[in-house]
Amino acid sequence: MYSSISDGLMVAAVLGYMLAMIGYAVEYAFGRQGVVARIAARKPRASRVLVTAGGDEVVETAADDTGDDDEPHRPIDAGRAAFIGRIALVVQTLAAAAHTACLVFRALAAHRVPWGNMYEYVLTACLIATVAWLVVAWRRPAVRHLGLFVSLVVAILLCVDAAKLYATAGPLVPALNSYWLVIHVSAMTVASGIFLVGFVTVALYLIQERREAWLAADRPLRFPLTLGDRLPASETLERLGFRIHALGFPIWTFGIMCGAIWAEHAWGRYWGWDPKETWSFIAWVVYAAYLHARATPSIRGRWSSWIAMLGWAVMLVNLFGVNLVVSGLHSYAGVG
Amino acid sequence: MSETGDRGRTDGDGPVLADDPSTDDTTDRATDGAAAGARPVLEEAGREDENALSSRPDAAAARRVAGNGVLATGRRWWRQLTSMRTALLLLFLLAVAAAPGSLLPQRNLNADKVDTYFTQHPTLAPAMDKAGLFDVYSSPWFAAIYLLLFVSLIGCLTPRIRVHLRALRRTPPDAPRALRRLRVHTEYASGSGAADAAEVARKALRGRRFRTVTRRHDDGTVTVSAEKGFLRETGNLLFHFSLVALLVGVAVGAGYGWHGGRLLMAGKDNAFCNNLQQYDEYSLGSRVSGGDLPPFCVTLDRFHAKFQDNGQPLAYSADVTYSPDGGSGGKRYKLEVNHPLRVDGASVYLVGNGYSPVFRYTDRYGQTQTVVSPFIPSDSNFTSDGVAIFPDANIDPKTGKRNVDLQMAFQGVFFPTVSKQGGHGSTFPGLRDPAVLLFAYRGNTGTDAGVPHSVYSLDQSQIQNKQLRQIGKNPKLLRPSTKCTAQSCWKLDDGTTVQFVGVQRWATIQVRHDPGERIVLVAGVALLLGLMGSLTIRRRRIWFRFTPDGSGSTVSAGGLARTEYAGFRAEFDRIVDAAGGPARPPDSGTPRGKD
Repeated sequence: MYSSISDGLMVAAVLGYMLAMIGYAVEYAFGRQGVVARIAARKPRASRVLVTAGGDEVVETAADDTGDDDEPHRPIDAGRAAFIGRIALVVQTLAAAAHTACLVFRALAAHRVPWGNMYEYVLTACLIATVAWLVVAWRRPAVRHLGLFVSLVVAILLCVDAAKLYATAGPLVPALNSYWLVIHVSAMTVASGIFLVGFVTVALYLIQERREAWLAADRPLRFPLTLGDRLPASETLERLGFRIHALGFPIWTFGIMCGAIWAEHAWGRYWGWDPKETWSFIAWVVYAAYLHARATPSIRGRWSSWIAMLGWAVMLVNLFGVNLVVSGLHSYAGVG
Repeated sequence: MSETGDRGRTDGDGPVLADDPSTDDTTDRATDGAAAGARPVLEEAGREDENALSSRPDAAAARRVAGNGVLATGRRWWRQLTSMRTALLLLFLLAVAAAPGSLLPQRNLNADKVDTYFTQHPTLAPAMDKAGLFDVYSSPWFAAIYLLLFVSLIGCLTPRIRVHLRALRRTPPDAPRALRRLRVHTEYASGSGAADAAEVARKALRGRRFRTVTRRHDDGTVTVSAEKGFLRETGNLLFHFSLVALLVGVAVGAGYGWHGGRLLMAGKDNAFCNNLQQYDEYSLGSRVSGGDLPPFCVTLDRFHAKFQDNGQPLAYSADVTYSPDGGSGGKRYKLEVNHPLRVDGASVYLVGNGYSPVFRYTDRYGQTQTVVSPFIPSDSNFTSDGVAIFPDANIDPKTGKRNVDLQMAFQGVFFPTVSKQGGHGSTFPGLRDPAVLLFAYRGNTGTDAGVPHSVYSLDQSQIQNKQLRQIGKNPKLLRPSTKCTAQSCWKLDDGTTVQFVGVQRWATIQVRHDPGERIVLVAGVALLLGLMGSLTIRRRRIWFRFTPDGSGSTVSAGGLARTEYAGFRAEFDRIVDAAGGPARPPDSGTPRGKD
């Protein structure tokens, strides 16, 4: 009963995210912040063809990106596209509410916390990411159109989750039946969510840093670099990326330690180089290297940021590679 | 706050250690160099390392050690090893070296998988084995990486302890002459005299847990110097030395710990006592001998398993009776997966379980023998494989002579719930419709030869050399019954019968003692505290200078955050406010940064 309500809410949430995604796409394309507006505002210099995410070809004219000085300064949050963007934000918020209810019913159906298998883990992680985004979007309307990327990623992840990772709601396997599940797994999920945001920030920094270098060298900008038009300065992004990682790292450390204590209770040793343990350790080492690199002036910036990118790659290996390919003691995915 | 001037710094410019004594006289230098050169010095001093996780001498500094002697070469190498670049390189090597252990089968995790790998890759596997790829985490090259890393860490941080202790004892330095050169500064007029105003400022700073010192100068000015955030470096050092302590804990566990595993069948006859002879497999630390094991005993009374309808296990528990110190009399305990038994400094864990079919064989002389054979589960529905061997079958009671060629062996597959379609797998892990599929063998089972061999399978070499022959071509499916019926009994070609009597349960327990655990736990907590300290606490200095001016005084104040600290200006403003200055500083230097 609860379980089928949860499944229905999941479908509603995915549809809501997709609807919001379309709204954001409209704002992204036609809004004051959008691609079309920017192109229209530019002084044409040379034309080049840009293929957008949707596959449509847009003739982009590279131009002076240094300023929109010619443009009259209208308020950012106005116009029809912005209206659609606001609707998208509301729809996404409603979808997040459905998403939350989906997890609540899942928990009621199974009489436990809703992160007992990989389906539920991805569901929870996506909700954390969405809520984090909504907080930002409600407070800063200027970045709202970037919700396109957030809702896109979340919608894809949830579709994969429902199609490939679905597991019926049920009680836990005996090994997971411990209060450490609440502490360890939530710490790991929160740290992963923070590292995800850190990864996005650092990726944007790398784009912005390259963009600034190209602008200084007077080179024409192409697609990934043009994303930097509306981003904060690279220095700000770099510092933000560090702060986010500095927040995530102790939580990740705490999560690993809780995992070790639990492993001692359940498996009889605090550390046994199980594949999941190994990859958490690798991620820890890589992020530690990032924090150290950040403190070294000669490699702070581009190099240290690539280390953070590598850290996120390790996190992905840990989530998908280890859960689905390698078998070990952490094989609770409930897939297949 | 935007910090300029540091981005272009290279290794060659010389490192600025967080607590390098040279930076402690920053203020003096600023005072002296009131001319053009002062600004960069302040910028640099304000920056230093940004998260204090570490700041090390860099590689270029190592190359600068002059000389050709052995000592100079040694120092060059030492500085190279303790440089940040080397530490980063070693961190990466550690990450890369840890990866193959999760992709290749490892002996410490699953020795059987290693054997399988050997049969699949007969040429490659031995070479890989020599390189330690099946024991990555105990291989010399893995140890070399982390030991070098720790040597580098200790080499870098030990000098910093001394520096930090010195910094802790030192009073905050006097205010630089040109406070307005600091990025965070303000000037205002105060109605009270220099000494009184200084006292108010000092109290405001003390109330915020700054270390303060008030200095009176000959020209009548009074300065208040304050400093805070020493816990950052304390945390940094604590974090790194906790890592060393953690490694010590692991080493203690490896030296003084031991563990063993044992399959335990239910019943008093199968009681387990903690000595090496009774383990199926064990591993002793390098400094432990068999006699050091505490002599407790454990008996499995009953095993409970609960399953959902879809076959997922809900709960496993084992009722055990144990007697500490090998004494008589037993205490009862419910052993569960997340609920180990702690006895005599050791821990007993429930790690596995399965079924033991019970077989009774009646030989050609009418003698019956019963064996309880633990079968090893091969899937999640507990389809299990095993053997029942009767080496003493068909001994003529008159002569008492043993005929090895008439020994009996049965190989079987056990299904807790046999598939209705007669498939080869169990359909449910619980005992809904148990059955066993038996293959009968007669002949020399090879058990008398004394060659160690798995007790869960037949000796294949005996079958290959035709000493042990299968009886008939087809196996037979039997269902359990205490009575010999057509369902439960199989009459063989020589008139003997084998009967599937019933099913018992077994559990595997793991016994472990690790004296390093406590060290590791304490080190882990210290590590986390140190980490949080080094990432969240900021060291900063604030100065006030009160110059007498009629009945009141002119005040100039400035602050210097020694590490990146976005909220410093806000804190500074609050302190100035509390010291009687302006709520909004009229002259606040550069505007606030975005963050």
